[in-house]
Amino acid sequence: MAATYAGAQISPKKPLGKRLKLYLGRYWTLYLLLLAPVAFFLVFRYLPMVNILVAFKDYNITKPVWDMPWAQTAGELDIWKYFAKAFSNRDFLYALRNTIMLNLLDLVCGFPAPIILAILLNELAFKKFKRITQTIAYMPHFLSWIIISGLALQLFAPSTGLVNMMLNSLGFDSVPFMNDSAHWVGTYIFLGIWQSVGWNTIIYLAAITNINPELYEAASVDGANRLRKVWHITLPGLKPTIIVLLIMNLGRILGSDFDRPYALSNNLVKDVSNVIATFVYTNGIKGLAFSMSTAVGLFQSVICVIFLLSANAIAEKSGERGIW
Amino acid sequence: MIKSRSSKIWDWVIAFFCFLLILVCILPILTVLARSLSSADALLKNEVGLIPIGFNFDAYAKVLGDTKYTWSLAWTALLPVICTILSMVMTTICAYPLTYPQLKGRTFVNTFIIITMYFSAGTIPTYLLMQSIGFLNNPLVLIVPGCLSVFNMIIMRSFFYGIPASLRESAELDGAGPIRVLVSIYLPLSTPVMATLALFYAVGRWNGFSDALMFMKDRTFYPIQLLLYNLLNNMTTVEVATQEGFSSPGAAETTKMATVMFATIPILLIYPWLQRYFIAGVTLGAVKE
Repeated sequence: MAATYAGAQISPKKPLGKRLKLYLGRYWTLYLLLLAPVAFFLVFRYLPMVNILVAFKDYNITKPVWDMPWAQTAGELDIWKYFAKAFSNRDFLYALRNTIMLNLLDLVCGFPAPIILAILLNELAFKKFKRITQTIAYMPHFLSWIIISGLALQLFAPSTGLVNMMLNSLGFDSVPFMNDSAHWVGTYIFLGIWQSVGWNTIIYLAAITNINPELYEAASVDGANRLRKVWHITLPGLKPTIIVLLIMNLGRILGSDFDRPYALSNNLVKDVSNVIATFVYTNGIKGLAFSMSTAVGLFQSVICVIFLLSANAIAEKSGERGIW
Repeated sequence: MIKSRSSKIWDWVIAFFCFLLILVCILPILTVLARSLSSADALLKNEVGLIPIGFNFDAYAKVLGDTKYTWSLAWTALLPVICTILSMVMTTICAYPLTYPQLKGRTFVNTFIIITMYFSAGTIPTYLLMQSIGFLNNPLVLIVPGCLSVFNMIIMRSFFYGIPASLRESAELDGAGPIRVLVSIYLPLSTPVMATLALFYAVGRWNGFSDALMFMKDRTFYPIQLLLYNLLNNMTTVEVATQEGFSSPGAAETTKMATVMFATIPILLIYPWLQRYFIAGVTLGAVKE
């Protein structure tokens, strides 16, 4: 039936009821498909948002969220009580500081690393060796933080670890990589780079392949050496990607990962390893301080949204396409 | 092109850096492998570097002979299979309808989904929801709440956009409905993106542990990662030895290392084969609609 094939425009001249019937007749299966995903987001992503109210209420296990009384201090309504409580909690202030500190260090040390590696890989003359290097460099990305923490504990152990054994044999003292706050921060940042540097080159390498090869040829004709070509062609070619990724990373500065600090942390370094995500876990799920932990989580989510949206706006304003 | 001499030197300098990078990536794994294959005595005397001393498979036999480990391994292996199948179905039925430009309400559904990427309710509100729907301490909590990732859905959608609309239109001319188009045109053309996303979901589930830590009290359903965490962090080697009934602290140590290898090897065996697919997948993820 040529008149009703699915791709045809539904004539606007027909009455509304008939048009609707035709439209649904064609596309009802698509709505059916969307049913499960939409229900998923509704139940597992939107419904929990109702429980955010707990941040403004005195948590009571016997009542549903909407029946819990609003937070009170000495008989008076005080809905910001748990936010105030969080901000006078020393552990939370440490967690906030650590989140920002570790994320900033990650950005400063970890952001340039994949750019440099991508350029090195691109300059690598031995193609087969390049492929092997790439495959191996992607590997750490696929390991869980627990495994990485297990590897690190072995490698960096004070007397039995390979690294300290090497340091000792060269005549240096052992370094407490995992057991001293300052060293732990360094180890944490290093392991972050180790885990992600190879993986993050993928996007830069893709951007490099989009650079017009004629530019390099023209530069060679003009007598440019390798470094000059990298500086004047490769880096400018990467600039849009670098700017977008940098801005988006800045937008995540208060975001916090749970797996990495949780897996790498130990009791000796809690003062620098406790971040917002681990604070919420210890105080909320283990400590049952639901209201305060929800308040902390809400504070973090709101700041994150503001940062991300501004970052995206800046990215678009700077003439680059935002990520989303 | 004839290379200058300095350029050739640079080739070797760069190759040397890449060689160092390879070492830094694989040495940690090689150490653990060596320790897992060494004798308990050699380990205690701190003789083992990169080459196993007193080569044996005792630690692996020990792990495979202990039902607690074999059950955890089997469960950890089964879980990604279930989750990946479910996730791929959910991701496909979410991404596919959203590629139809004529679909009314598409922008609304899109926004509805994208919002969850920017703003999430947070750990405790999610915990309270799991509590109220009976998902706490229920193995389903490891399967259902993570079965659809917006990021992966966007990757699949970008891939679908790349399939020429003319293919779909000609199938529609022949009278094929949306489902038929999906099954006979889109899916057969989508192997690269399917392989990538299946890898992402499977690895994510194999490596993930925070949901089990937060929502499961029953250790029966702990994935191997958490078992490993407890082995590695919560107990000293001597404690492990007495509590788990090992003959010596050295044996406990080699067993720890063998467990690390069990949790690592499956991934090391799979990802290199999918490399060319996931590279394309990551690049797609960065493309804006």
